[in-house]
Amino acid sequence: MEAVLAGIKVMVTDEGYLTDFSQWTKEIGAEIAKEDGITMTERHWEVINWIQEQVKAGNGLSVRGIKKSGVIDIKEFYSLFPGGPLKLATKIAGVPKPKSCI
Amino acid sequence: MKNLVILGAGTAGTMMANHLRPKLNKKEWNITIVDQYKTHYYQPGFLFLPFDIYTESQVKKVGKKFIPKGVNYVQKKIEQILPKESKVKLEDETLNYDLLIIATGSKIAPEEVEGMKGKNWHKNVFDFYTYEGSLNLRNKLREWKGGKLIVHFTEMPIKCPVAPLEFTFLADSYFRKKGMRDKVDITFVTPLGGAFTKPKATEALGYLLKEKDIKVITDFAIESVDNNNNQIVDYSGQKVDYDLLVTVPTNMGDELIARSGMGDDLNFVPTHHNTLQSLDYKNVFVIGDATNVPASKAGSVAHFASETLTDNILLYVDGKPLKEEFDGHANCFIETGNNKALLIDFNYKQEPVEGTFPIAGIGPLKLLKESLFNHWGKLAFRWIYWNMLLKGIAIPFVGRNMTTKGKKIN
Repeated sequence: MEAVLAGIKVMVTDEGYLTDFSQWTKEIGAEIAKEDGITMTERHWEVINWIQEQVKAGNGLSVRGIKKSGVIDIKEFYSLFPGGPLKLATKIAGVPKPKSCI
Repeated sequence: MKNLVILGAGTAGTMMANHLRPKLNKKEWNITIVDQYKTHYYQPGFLFLPFDIYTESQVKKVGKKFIPKGVNYVQKKIEQILPKESKVKLEDETLNYDLLIIATGSKIAPEEVEGMKGKNWHKNVFDFYTYEGSLNLRNKLREWKGGKLIVHFTEMPIKCPVAPLEFTFLADSYFRKKGMRDKVDITFVTPLGGAFTKPKATEALGYLLKEKDIKVITDFAIESVDNNNNQIVDYSGQKVDYDLLVTVPTNMGDELIARSGMGDDLNFVPTHHNTLQSLDYKNVFVIGDATNVPASKAGSVAHFASETLTDNILLYVDGKPLKEEFDGHANCFIETGNNKALLIDFNYKQEPVEGTFPIAGIGPLKLLKESLFNHWGKLAFRWIYWNMLLKGIAIPFVGRNMTTKGKKIN
């Protein structure tokens, strides 16, 4: 469905994930974060950039994978994106939510 | 003479040997397949073994039976692939290849999570992705008096992503039949946002969990298994008690891939999604669970991929451009208990939806809907696997690429 984020018309899923990464901008990411109660800092963006790079490279995302990467320790990851860090961070990054086949 | 070497004689490797031997000129091409293990397991059967639906002998056969004549079958450990030199080092010899097919699969890596493969491994902490795990779990379930059953998976990607849910549904049926369902509390624990994660499936199948009284804990990123307190602990500090933990550990490609420096973080080989050629080496192709393509790790995917890969190997040999054809097609039966099953048919782009299969408007199988007939389909599949799939025989009416015919797409 269509949504307006940071003044731009974008396509999102029912849960608010962008369906087309090419529509993503930093402003859109910040607005999604705000809706989930997160104020973005430089540290947040570092993690978001890393996630975007992984997805571009076709790599899977998991909390364990993030721990192994050394980009951020897990306690900090949870404190930056409280609740479901991977679910929130992917939404802000404009990439698909980690999924199964059904 | 030229040499084509296939690494791994599992589902994908065996199919490729069967496809290619009749198609590659015997006077020009040697085909060698390497696998250190003698037994070929029917891995979908590991789901049924714990519930006494299948016996040991129904899920394993001698692998050699399925390797065609004219293919050199080498039962040795593979030490390393040297892709720059087009060589494979085995335990006591080195093979040269002109073309290499990597079909080394994926396997569980319980050591990736602290405590998982600890003192209670196969005592009250079980996997069902190995023959040993599945068999030990069967023996445990036969005598288990009930309590908290946790069915859990660690992270994606896993082989047969629906298997943990199917296990949960079959467990519900199993304990009901034994008249002890009231003594068993079943909880499904997932690292994802829900038991179902695709919109159509969530809509169509959400009722199953309620109907079977299965609790769900989502967004659980496991950090450790606490064997002293019988708890799984996640990175946010959340703890879940169990009396019996059935877990799917992290799945990884073979260590051979890491030793050869050819894999990603999880030892899966970077592979072109549509041609199945290695992204790094032109004379290397990858098929089945060993790839990093974003398709399900499943036998049906390997089957469909094997048809494209066969064509691409022949095109490569002739020096012609490869077909960018493979679409991630998967076709999977999903057991829902009480002798019913679902069927899903999907690819890289199309999520599973309702409809009829394989003949549009007729079926006889129904997509994304429970039916008894689908369950018979799943049971019949074991015969199809041993007698058709491994031998590279095409399944009637089911093409390599997914069709949208018969599917209810908005």
